[in-house]
Amino acid sequence: MTETIQGTASQIRDRPAYSQIRRSWAKLTRNTAALFGGTLILIYVFTALLAPLLFPGNPSAPNLIKSLERPSLEHLLGTDELGRSIMGRIIYGSRVSLLIAVGVISVGLLIGVPLGLVSGYYRGKVDFGIQRVTDTMLAFPGFLLALALVAVLGVGLKNTVISIGISMVPIYIRLVRGCALSVREEVYVEAAKAVGTRDTVILLRHILPNVMVPITIQTSLGMGMAILFAAGLGFLGVGVQPPTPEWGTMLGSGRVYLFNSPHVATFPGIAIFLAVLGFNLLGDGLRDALDPRFKL
Amino acid sequence: MLRYLIKRLLSTIPVLIGISLLLFFMLRMLPGDPAQVLAGQMASQEDIELIRHQLGLDRPIHVQYAFFFSRLARFDLGRSARTQNPVTEEIWARLPNTLLLAVVAITLACLFGIPAGIISAVRPYTWIDYVVTSIAIFGISMPVFWLGLMLVVVFSITLQWLPAGGTGTWKHVILPSFTLAAFVVAFIARMTRSSMIEVLSQDYTTTARSKGLKEQVVIIKHALKNALIPIITVVGLQFGLLLGGAVLTETVFAWPGLGRLIVDSILGRDYPVIQGAILVFGLLYILVNLVVDLLYAYVDPRIRYD
Amino acid sequence: MSGEIKPLLAIRGLHTQFHTFEGIVKAVDGVDMEVFPGETLGLVGESGCGKSVTALSILQLLRCPPAEIQGRILFEGINLLDLGRERIRKIRGNSISMIFQEPMTSLNPVLTIGEQIAEAIFLHQRTSKHEAWERAIEMLHTVQIPEPRARARDYPHKLSGGMRQRAMIAMALSCHPQLLLADEPSTALDVTIQAQIMDLMQRLKEEFETSIVLITHNLGLIAEMAKRVVVMYAGKVAEEAPVEDLFKEPLHPYTQGLLGSIPWIGRKLKTGRRQLQEIPGIVPSPLEMPQGCRFHPRCPRVMGVCREQEPAVVRLADHRLVSCWLKAE
Repeated sequence: MTETIQGTASQIRDRPAYSQIRRSWAKLTRNTAALFGGTLILIYVFTALLAPLLFPGNPSAPNLIKSLERPSLEHLLGTDELGRSIMGRIIYGSRVSLLIAVGVISVGLLIGVPLGLVSGYYRGKVDFGIQRVTDTMLAFPGFLLALALVAVLGVGLKNTVISIGISMVPIYIRLVRGCALSVREEVYVEAAKAVGTRDTVILLRHILPNVMVPITIQTSLGMGMAILFAAGLGFLGVGVQPPTPEWGTMLGSGRVYLFNSPHVATFPGIAIFLAVLGFNLLGDGLRDALDPRFKL
Repeated sequence: MLRYLIKRLLSTIPVLIGISLLLFFMLRMLPGDPAQVLAGQMASQEDIELIRHQLGLDRPIHVQYAFFFSRLARFDLGRSARTQNPVTEEIWARLPNTLLLAVVAITLACLFGIPAGIISAVRPYTWIDYVVTSIAIFGISMPVFWLGLMLVVVFSITLQWLPAGGTGTWKHVILPSFTLAAFVVAFIARMTRSSMIEVLSQDYTTTARSKGLKEQVVIIKHALKNALIPIITVVGLQFGLLLGGAVLTETVFAWPGLGRLIVDSILGRDYPVIQGAILVFGLLYILVNLVVDLLYAYVDPRIRYD
Repeated sequence: MSGEIKPLLAIRGLHTQFHTFEGIVKAVDGVDMEVFPGETLGLVGESGCGKSVTALSILQLLRCPPAEIQGRILFEGINLLDLGRERIRKIRGNSISMIFQEPMTSLNPVLTIGEQIAEAIFLHQRTSKHEAWERAIEMLHTVQIPEPRARARDYPHKLSGGMRQRAMIAMALSCHPQLLLADEPSTALDVTIQAQIMDLMQRLKEEFETSIVLITHNLGLIAEMAKRVVVMYAGKVAEEAPVEDLFKEPLHPYTQGLLGSIPWIGRKLKTGRRQLQEIPGIVPSPLEMPQGCRFHPRCPRVMGVCREQEPAVVRLADHRLVSCWLKAE
């Protein structure tokens, strides 16, 4: 049984924390899929940072003479209906998408983590209230929730980030709450309380570090999800608005030209796919590398 | 079992109330006059006043809510601001289409996903496993609307085998349901794989083998039944997600379903329809969760007899 | 002389290792053992010494890879390790059975206990399903579970710990195997239930004429149940002896340490010591085995040669051997 193997190797595992991190890192870097994902993400990050170098000029400036051209040496990925280089717009689009991803996660973390901690640690009426709201929010598929919020808030980049961010909050609340619930039962928390440690200190020093692991994993996966959702909203025309180059919006406007110029819709989609793939591979790798005790 | 059923039914009540509250306050959070919002952009002043009176929007807020709730209970969702048809009619005309897609997609996903996950779990780290997990992770990373468009390019434009959109024949169902199924099958395969791996490492699996049972029997009779519990949960979850993902797929394939209705309503500021569609989605999701919990109790005797 | 009787099970040079992330773990590193018909062999050692892995190797219940098993395990003359999947299945549950430590996790929660017992009978004894079910109920009766017909339709979570272990025993003995491997069968149970279960096993052993390999770290159980004892340490056999000899005159310093750490009434009077003797140090990590004798870092009578060379096995009599340099001269 695996118990036996675990038993014989457990003595190696019971070493101090810093080597746990080193072991996790070693495991992560051995995972080729995770490395591939991480590389993809790095490529996107660099593309976003170095965008003006990679594509000088304004990616949103129309050039109608060159409208809907097939991929050529001049425009490696062709041009869209306004004659703009698709490659250029994809490059600048990485800025938009990464910005959205970071923004969404920030909203989710800033609201979700504290609420989850409070909910899980204090229980009682506060927990009940927060849980009922979370339940109601989770009764809807995430994308639909974001869509509904967009209906209320309006379209555009800022509202896209807020809407998707809010729709992610219940996920973080659930995650953090679950972790807090189990950690608060640990003996060392009881000991800390017995010595008279203040609640805020307990939350920050004992519970929060334990929550870091599932949060980290969820963040990587969540960034991919954020990009997908934003692209979905863009595709429907209710996300980032033109002329801002967002991959989903590009896909949406390129859809009309599918019969004759499929490249307009194809390439932005590949960009979305690879970005999300990167985050998913990395998230999976993190999940495998970090102690499997932390199950999501 | 009966007690479990009743308990579950009762627990849906707070969520229903929650949804009604959500809808109620959503309207009032919008900028402008709620009556005007409901009446739509093309309404006359008369129409607006009529709606204001009908819905009691000139009364105190708790009275408004009472009105609202009682109307909801009678399935009176008002009239579409764009077409002036009753919202229930608009929804009822399209709901079957969305359900059709969702059911076909889920069935496809389970048919392919669960066996793939089992095979993958039984032979981990072999080439079969790598192929299945790779395809699975590609599936969940792919934007559903892009996949739909790509399928149209290949099958409708290039090969001309299948229609690019609309409804009518069984051929029209293929592309949209496959598109919808793609994400779900990946998810289900991954869940099945991890659930099976977990179960196969349990002590009772070793016990089963120690009795000399055939490996097939161990996998199907002993392992799968236990692994099914989280898989059912995920399938139910995915069904709910399908209703949301259907929004994008229906748009791509011009499928006259609830999803398109909701998008058109959002763009057209047709608030009564938005409200109604959200309500229906919420109800469906709750219903699916209930069914899942019941299946759960059927499969896991520990829940059944508690 | 017991040398004339052929052993039921003979393990010769068993090596079981695991390929792990950290390296190769040699859980069983050259073990020889014999079990004779109708006897109870005690297999003693601390956690991680390889006793469970030995049992699992017999029935090939380890996943290979990451496990790798070498050596010979002769059962009625045939090397079990040579048998393919089909043939080892015929042995499992039929000629050789195993029961495990944790009855809650070792029983399938979604199948009734009657079903779990009957399926082995149905498989090996070629009966009808109805007949198998009836025999399962009979077995439940034999292990003294009250109202066996009703209990057979119950799921494991409805039973108490003791009853579950009885069900496990019923499951294992349902096809009257010649050998039962019992891996810590009562460790997870209350002390009073422990006694009942061990009594039951003793009775059934006599009734079914089954040999038992009793794996445990509980020396009290060994004293009561076993006829011969094998003491394992860090994957190797440290000592083997008939049970009275082992307790009266333990030869290996490890065995002496184990016995010295048992509390008993009158101890202070007899030995003049108030404190329990403990064995200093801890069991070595399987990836960092000490050179020479594996016990030498913790041995109170360590000598120079112990640090360099692994001690040879010294046979003092039939089934009386020890692996220690102290006895080698």
